[in-house]
Amino acid sequence: MISIEHISKRFRKLQVLEDINANMEKGQVISLIGPNGSGKTTLIKSILGMVRPDKGKITVDGHVISGDHSYRANIGYMPQIGRYPDNMRIGQLFRMIENIRGVAADKQDETLIRQFELEKIYDKPMRTLSGGTRQKVSAALAFLFDPAILILDEPTAGLDPLSSELLKDKIIAEKKKNKLILITSHILSDLDELTTHVMYLQEGKLQFFKDMQTLQEETGELRLGKAIARIMKGEKLTNEWIDKILEVKKDEKIY
Amino acid sequence: MMKVSKYVLYDILRSKIVLAYTLFLLIVSLSMFNMEENSSKAMLSLLNIVLIVLPLVSLVFTTIHYYNSYEFIELMSSQPMSRTRIIISEFAGVSVSLLSAFLVGVGLPILLYAPDETGFALLLTGMALTVVFVAIAFFASVRSRDKARGIGAALLLWFYFTLIFDGLILLMIFNLSDYPLEKITLPLISLNPIDVGRIFVTLKMDISALMGVTSALYKDFFTSSTGLLFTIGIMLLWTVLPLWLAIRRFNKKDL
Repeated sequence: MISIEHISKRFRKLQVLEDINANMEKGQVISLIGPNGSGKTTLIKSILGMVRPDKGKITVDGHVISGDHSYRANIGYMPQIGRYPDNMRIGQLFRMIENIRGVAADKQDETLIRQFELEKIYDKPMRTLSGGTRQKVSAALAFLFDPAILILDEPTAGLDPLSSELLKDKIIAEKKKNKLILITSHILSDLDELTTHVMYLQEGKLQFFKDMQTLQEETGELRLGKAIARIMKGEKLTNEWIDKILEVKKDEKIY
Repeated sequence: MMKVSKYVLYDILRSKIVLAYTLFLLIVSLSMFNMEENSSKAMLSLLNIVLIVLPLVSLVFTTIHYYNSYEFIELMSSQPMSRTRIIISEFAGVSVSLLSAFLVGVGLPILLYAPDETGFALLLTGMALTVVFVAIAFFASVRSRDKARGIGAALLLWFYFTLIFDGLILLMIFNLSDYPLEKITLPLISLNPIDVGRIFVTLKMDISALMGVTSALYKDFFTSSTGLLFTIGIMLLWTVLPLWLAIRRFNKKDL
């Protein structure tokens, strides 16, 4: 559904993305992980057309995205920090996006609005909302139009445990509908139960893009957190761990 | 287009700055007309205020509005909506709010006290200058990411158009007074929309008879319908060109 070919982006002196290639398909839940400043958000913004890459091309559903905006009708995006016009009320925000998207009311997915009980605070202006409530609004907005692709930038950051669980359940429900979901997060335990693929970025380079199973086999860890920690420590991504265990130690005698 | 402009307009009207601006204009115009027994004298004072205050308010207000609604612009650009449409909606929203402030604050008193040709010339000039400087401010703010630099640029532009440009013209006319400059002053003046407005209105007033040969030459031109078309044309050019440049820049920008 999304194919990224040779994407590079430079902000002045800083090379943020360097020759990224990836193919993302329906039904995948891709965890985009990497240290701070590794280019995760820039990659996401490139897919959304908010950042214009210097080189390379991105296609969504077979259409090259530059110069065309209609493909974004298939994407629900939840930004890292949702900021909205100060004086706009929550209800108005939903109505405005509804107007732009032109999706009929019966085709909208209001599960999150109901679960987060946003209807009660429809009259509140955006500037009075706490960070967590804004996150809820962003999440509800991303899922509202039942898009085929979901891009979630740090979805659970700032949410209380209950809301965080609700959101995770929603993501799992969407996963079952065979959608493509792209998530970045630093809370790897959150991703554990969701993810099917892992994309690891470091200093703007794509270190690897693998499915969970391969990753588990290669690192010998079942938990995503531990597997990634192993990689971040700089241990090689090969089957060498097996050799290491089976390695003959110096003082060991072979009989 | 209207869908988004409506919300931009709503957001602006709720912030009460435009309301304060309307009241300020209303109080100034009413007191001008009430203090001077001669309405053409009042018009002259009002003209000077319009030529100085309007560009300043349009520039500064638009710049601040742009930076304050940056998040909103980001949100819109993740929706299926072209960037050109986003910036034009913003432009329309800001223009309409400032235009209505001007029409209530200055338009109403003029209709009450001086509904003659000069009055309408002043109204036309004020409306044109508002739109022109909103467009220029958009161009300046789209170019710089930093709010302080954007506002600085807006103020510098205001200085240029109200003070520096006139100084340069005067300097040139004094130094080259041996040459016939009548022909080239008109194209030179067109480089500054404030000057075009000033000449367009003053030449409709009685005092223009006191302004010498050059003025007599221009009086024929500006009081004819060609003069009106010329003024409207220059103002349109001054709106469309900065707006087009802003859109072009905005389309290439990383958000």
